[in-house]
Amino acid sequence: MSQTNPFGDGFLTTTMDAITNWARANALWPMPMGLSCCAIEMMAMAGPKYDVSRFGSEVFRMSPRQSDLMIVAGTVTYKMSHVVKKIWDQMPDPKWCIAMGACSSSGGMFRSYPVVQGIDQFIPVDVYVPGCPPRPDAVIHALMEIQEKIKNQRYSFRDAILTEEGLAKLDKLADAEKERMSIKA
Amino acid sequence: MHEELIAALKAFLPDAVEDTTVFRNELTIQIKKSAIKDVCFFLRDKHGFNYCVDILGADRFTEENRFEVVYNLMNLSTKTRLRLKVRVDENDNHLPSVVSVWPAANWFERETYDMIGVVFDGHPDLRRMYMPEDFEYHPLRKDFPLIGVPGSIPLPEFDKKATNKDAGERYNRGEQI
Repeated sequence: MSQTNPFGDGFLTTTMDAITNWARANALWPMPMGLSCCAIEMMAMAGPKYDVSRFGSEVFRMSPRQSDLMIVAGTVTYKMSHVVKKIWDQMPDPKWCIAMGACSSSGGMFRSYPVVQGIDQFIPVDVYVPGCPPRPDAVIHALMEIQEKIKNQRYSFRDAILTEEGLAKLDKLADAEKERMSIKA
Repeated sequence: MHEELIAALKAFLPDAVEDTTVFRNELTIQIKKSAIKDVCFFLRDKHGFNYCVDILGADRFTEENRFEVVYNLMNLSTKTRLRLKVRVDENDNHLPSVVSVWPAANWFERETYDMIGVVFDGHPDLRRMYMPEDFEYHPLRKDFPLIGVPGSIPLPEFDKKATNKDAGERYNRGEQI
């Protein structure tokens, strides 16, 4: 880098948000929610040919406590939806979700009574991947979209260290500032 | 060989056999509803049908005798198969259970109860097999809509975080079918 640095060599200046986002985006640990045939493509994505470890996501955790990206791969039935939701709730914040394949995105070809017509009815989905099943490179593309989304987040460091009370205090301060700046009639 | 079986069945219970069909060398016997358990015991003990392959229900969607319960049996030593059919009316949808004849019939009858709504009297544990226990309908009946009844199966609540002021707009909630 040709930038001049007031601290000399060996130092980089950045913002806490940028470095938090950089750390989060390049170490997304997926929770494999493999429910049907999409799970095979998800395994292929983690395997040596497509090799998702190039993007820092090779650590598939079987425990929701240790993961921050849920890949819902397959058909979600009404019976299974409660399990998916429970696992999603067990994942620590911040967390992201990929709806992999037509079934989890919209019910897919199963337009019938036992299948949930899209998991976005009970889980906030970040990226939908079309396909039946999608190819592994499509899922890697979805992962890169989530990395892009994380890198564009604001206040990620502040939100990570602040408690609920701190956030409420910040909101109060912002409101007071707004009140002060507004033009009184 | 089919004739021998039919003759033996008729000699055992003259009223039980309502109809017999042979199609492509497969024998199907239609049995009277009240006699099904006796016939099953007789076939197992005297004719060696020791394997209950499957029990399933069909909705014929007729005014009378709407449902048909089909028993697929097999004799493992002679490798012969037999199909029994029992017709059940919609208003009187009770049928004797054959779990005491073949224990394998337990889950088959639960499935038939779940999907068609035929009640098996004497079943040790007649709960729904696939659908949630508080589900009110029987999905494989012809008058059940394919997409289901809206709101009949509860979904988990949407993520509480998403109801926050800024997050609520970001997510696509979808709509319940």
